Amino acid sequence: MPIKNLLAALLAGLVFGLGLLVSGMADPAKVLGFLDLAGAWDPSLALVMAGAIGVGLLAFRVAGARTRSLLDEPMRLPVLRVIDRRLVLGSLAFGAGWGLAGFCPGPGLVALGLLQGKAFIFVLAMLAGMGVFELFDRPR
Amino acid sequence: MNIAWSAFTPWSALAGGALIGLAAALFVLLNGRIAGISGILGGLLRPVRGDIAWRLAFLAGLIGAPLVYGLFAPLPQPHIEAGTGWLIAAGLLVGVGTRYGAGCTSGHGVCGLSRLSPRSLVATLAFMAAGFVTVYLLRHVI
Repeated sequence: MPIKNLLAALLAGLVFGLGLLVSGMADPAKVLGFLDLAGAWDPSLALVMAGAIGVGLLAFRVAGARTRSLLDEPMRLPVLRVIDRRLVLGSLAFGAGWGLAGFCPGPGLVALGLLQGKAFIFVLAMLAGMGVFELFDRPR
Repeated sequence: MNIAWSAFTPWSALAGGALIGLAAALFVLLNGRIAGISGILGGLLRPVRGDIAWRLAFLAGLIGAPLVYGLFAPLPQPHIEAGTGWLIAAGLLVGVGTRYGAGCTSGHGVCGLSRLSPRSLVATLAFMAAGFVTVYLLRHVI
């Protein structure tokens, strides 16, 4: 892969992480404040999603009309459309884990970059969980 | 419903969200890929030749973001209340769940909803609902 494509991936990851830091979503307490509907509810996460999707709608509209990316890679947009038990049960399990600690994958990794020992524990367990999937789910 | 106005940060939430949207936009327009973090990370556990470097580059940017942020402003300190046992349970559920469900808050929530994908809408409603119920149980029932 050309070096400029790798730099683009690095940049995308960096901007994503900066967005999580700016929005406060790298802090599990802020995420849990959103998930706690019955407590003192912090709606911030909804505005994070609104800001992201506002930009994303435009970008994916442009992307959907292209067959190659600007750096000449094939457009790899998801083609799977099926709504099945695995999608729903997997997402329910993810949501339960998200609610337990307030971490989803991105903020977990950014908190790791903030050198939080607890984020290290979370990320290791998350990798183990992903490893369990690989063990039991391959080959598809 | 009782809104915590003192904790509500609408402008930084919108600005940070727009940055996240920009990151997803850059990634799909430049690299032709979905910025789905669980998929990018999980794919490393099933390494395929030629399919590793871009994942590492994206993740390096993500994990390195605090270094860059720290050049411009004091770094926020996250508040992680969960103890070790809950963190391990949370990580396992997030790891298994995002791979079976083929996405997380970024892949389904941000990119999928931006693509108007019904599949991602179902996934997002499912993980949001599970998150609401889990926090309700932990904070108000147990």
